[in-house]
Amino acid sequence: MTHLPYIVAAYIVALGTPIAMATEALFRVRAARRRLDALGPRRSRGSV
Amino acid sequence: MLHRFANPGQFLRLSGKVLPWLYWPGILLIAASLIWGLFFAPDDWQQGDTVRIMYVHVPFAWLASAGYLSLAACSFISLVWRHPLADLAAGEIGPVGAGFTAVCLATGSLWGKPTWGAWWVWDARLTSVFVLLLLYLGHIALVRAFDDPIRGYRAGAILALVGVINLPIIKFSVGWWNTLHQPASIGLTGAPTIAATMLWPLLFSAIGFTLLFAAIAVTRTRAAVMERRIRSLLMVRASSATEQKALS
Repeated sequence: MTHLPYIVAAYIVALGTPIAMATEALFRVRAARRRLDALGPRRSRGSV
Repeated sequence: MLHRFANPGQFLRLSGKVLPWLYWPGILLIAASLIWGLFFAPDDWQQGDTVRIMYVHVPFAWLASAGYLSLAACSFISLVWRHPLADLAAGEIGPVGAGFTAVCLATGSLWGKPTWGAWWVWDARLTSVFVLLLLYLGHIALVRAFDDPIRGYRAGAILALVGVINLPIIKFSVGWWNTLHQPASIGLTGAPTIAATMLWPLLFSAIGFTLLFAAIAVTRTRAAVMERRIRSLLMVRASSATEQKALS
């Protein structure tokens, strides 16, 4: 592979970005769920 | 029907069940297709091994446009039916689309340097995709620019719908102008001009990244729905506390 650095860099960018975005989104959901649970039981939450 | 399925509570229940079916098949397809593309697919007779960048660049290029189309669809629903879930989805698709467009430009640049001898040229295809990135960034900024989030979503929706004009420009730019970028090898009509040994890993990769895009967008929308619920709960608590204070 003569152009290995370009190929490796492209794969790192292409895999790293969605992994970072997915991780951030999952942490956001987890934090929101914890806050919702801390605010009270499910039946008293009301509509959005 | 739209309102029944787009109910935020219903969305949280439904998306919780759908998400594992987006994440796991997506991850497996991406892993399989990239291993296939890196180690088993043949070199290109002209470009040599740099063609392997195609297995990541092309799916991101497709998803940059497809993501914008879904953003525009949510914006249309938001403007016509004033549905809050469409607002939240549009607000969350924007950053994902911007990230995928940035990756498309970065991987294209990494492909361009060994192939064309330049990281960047102001070619019609590259420029129109760069404009797409600016539209995504403009949408993100506009949605967050107002104190009243509803006004932000309305302004963002109008920008998103106006920006749809850029999608056919991206698609047909390689035909309308003399560009350094190669024309499409795969179209909706006509047989692909790419060898089957390269086509299959590319299609698997495209499906895998599409599932991952959808998974990230749905996860972010779930978070946005929950955060909105938290804000309304806090407001209810604050107003009831004020009422009690006034009564006592």
